[in-house]
Parts: sequence; structure tokens; C-alpha cells
Amino acid sequence: MSQSRLIEIETGILSKNDRYAAANRTALADRGILAVNLVSSPGSGKTTLLCRTIEMLGNQPLAVIEGDQQTANDADRIRATGARAIQVNTGKGCHLDAHMVGHAMEHLDLAPASMLFIENVGNLVCPASFDLGEEAKIAILSVTEGEDKPLKYPDMFTAAKIALLNKIDLAPHCDVDLDLYEANLRRVNPTIEIIRTSARTGEGIEAWLGWLRDRLDARSRTKAAE
Amino acid sequence: MHEMSLAEGIRGIIVDAARRNNAPRITRVRVEIGRFAGVEKEALAFAFDVVMRGSPAEGAELVMIDLPGQALCFDCGEVVEIENRLDPCPACAGTRLMPQGGDDMRIKDLEVA
Ligand SMILES: Nc1nc2c(ncn2[C@@H]2O[C@H](COP(=O)(O)OP(=O)(O)O)[C@@H](O)[C@H]2O)c(=O)[nH]1
Ligand SMILES: [Mg+2]
Ligand SMILES: [Zn+2]
Repeated sequence: MSQSRLIEIETGILSKNDRYAAANRTALADRGILAVNLVSSPGSGKTTLLCRTIEMLGNQPLAVIEGDQQTANDADRIRATGARAIQVNTGKGCHLDAHMVGHAMEHLDLAPASMLFIENVGNLVCPASFDLGEEAKIAILSVTEGEDKPLKYPDMFTAAKIALLNKIDLAPHCDVDLDLYEANLRRVNPTIEIIRTSARTGEGIEAWLGWLRDRLDARSRTKAAE
Repeated sequence: MHEMSLAEGIRGIIVDAARRNNAPRITRVRVEIGRFAGVEKEALAFAFDVVMRGSPAEGAELVMIDLPGQALCFDCGEVVEIENRLDPCPACAGTRLMPQGGDDMRIKDLEVA
């Protein structure tokens, strides 16, 4: 009869994901690629915003990784703009993980100084915990979702560097308080940047593009300084 | 919502560790879970039982240790401990707090036979 004994582990439960994420981050940095991870509930306008972003970015080399539980609809919508897209279906999975993204990155074989957009599975909870190796999580919150959503799902908005407050063209029709949206976002994340956008009218998209371009420039500067 | 994949992550790590230590059976697993990790403890306990079936950790006890949540208060500049994510600052009653850590999910140790 063997005696019971204790084995020290001291390892993060997500350490495997974090190792893949670190590898992705290195691969991206080596080529001066800017990767952003778009997170939101389903229907906030991620794909529509991406299509508009791609059209307005013109010649900027870029690609998209689309995450959904089922269908290739979103990758098809992206390809219709002329951009390259890979669909990752997570099946029952509620989030993209760094391994899936690394795999998709290999397939895309991105050119140096590209932008990589990752549209995560529509879910305000789980994607917050999974590092993909991205520069920033971008939370999309549409004005029809309710001002209290940042308070109800704080983790996602805490994990994000920017929030795009989308569908502001609908604000006059739906009795919403945009300042309250912003106050609640800042309550759960005092440093979050907020850009009000409409993927429909294009309002605010220039400011968002400006953020992306600044970050991409910063990437190539760090690369050049090496 | 992803407690199932967390349980699978735990299984991968502990089964590996047990094998390396020539331990045929895992009887207890202690994990530390930060207050802000977003883990639903009941869901994790359930997922743990399901996922460990057929592994050396089948029937093992899962012990979850709470780690306190810390946050930086943007009003008074103090790092304070808070119970819930939306609690006001205990030092100045400010409401703009940014979590500092407290989202850890770590496997501490295993008891094996
Ligand atoms: N009025 C308005 N509708 C929008 C806007 N952005 C997206 N939508 C609509 O919202 C619905 C969901 O958009 P989609 O991009 O599929 O959301 P996703 O699930 O986050 O990718 C579609 O019917 C879009 O046309 C916007 O800024 N204004
Ligand atoms: Mg979509
Ligand atoms: Zn304070």
C-alpha cells in the first residue's frame, strides 16, 4: 500500500494557452504586425465594422481571423471586401484560444507591417480570459444593448484597451444615454479609451483608423530600433 | 461559461505531473482562484467531476482556495482589497477602480497515492 504524498505544481490553469499566446506575440513582433482582438456580444456590429474598416484602410496589408461556433458567413462577408479571411469554427467552444489563432496565422502567412484583425466568438464573458497574443482587446458595445452592460460584464471591459460604442446612428431612436455608457465603461476600466462609431454611417471610423495606424507605426518603430 | 475547458486544462497539467512522479492515482487537487478570475465555482466543481472521469484523477477532491481581489483606486491612488468587482474604494469611497491581479487561476498542488 503506497502512502499518499504531495506534489507541488504552482502552474496557471491557462499556462498552455499563455505559452501559445507568447509564441504568437513573438511571431507578430518579429514582422511588425499589429493584431487586435475584437470582443463583444453577438450582433454588436463586429463584422460590419470590420468590413467598413477594411474598405477605408485602402492599400493597408491586412487579414482577418473570424471566430464563430458555426458557419463561414462572416469570413464570406470579409472576403467580399477583397480582404483575406480565415474562418475558425469553435464548435461548442465559447472563445478562440491562442492555439487556434497561431494555426490560422500560419495559414495566413502575413506580410510584414500587416494588420491582423481577430473577430472573437460573440460572448461577453469567456474571451476575456484568453490571451491570443494580440496587442489589445477591442470591446464593441452597441447602443441598443443597454447602459448597464459594462457593470454586468465588467471583466471584458476591464480587459479591453478601447471600447467602440457602436451604432450611434440609432441613439436618437432608442432613448439611450451615451454619457452614461461612457461613465459605466470608465467605472469598470478607468483607463479605457472610448470611440463612438457607426459602422453604418461611418461616423467615428476615422478616429478608430487613426488609433490603428498609430499602433502599427509604433510597432514598426520598435522593430526598427532593435 | 468555459469551466469545461478550464477543467480540461487542469486535467492536462495534473495527469502529466502524476505521470512524471510515477503516481497512479490523484486523490486531491488544490487550486487557487482569484476573486476576479470570473470562475463560477459550482460550474467548475461540476465540470471537474465530469472531465476527470476515466483519468487518474477520477473521484479526486477539488479544493478551491479564494484569493482576494486587489484594485488600484484612481481617486486616491491606493491599492486596496475589494470583495466584489464593483465595490467602492474602502479608503476613499471612490468608484473608479482597476483590478490589479486577482484574476489568477493556479494549480497549487496535488495529493497522489
Ligand atoms: N444601424 C446600425 N446597424 C449596425 C451597425 N453596425 C452593425 N449593424 C447591424 O447590426 C447587425 C449585426 O451586425 P454584425 O456585424 O453581424 O454583428 P457581429 O455579430 O458583432 O459581427 C447587422 O444587421 C448590421 O447591419 C451600425 O453602426 N448601425
Ligand atoms: Mg460577426
Ligand atoms: Zn480610493
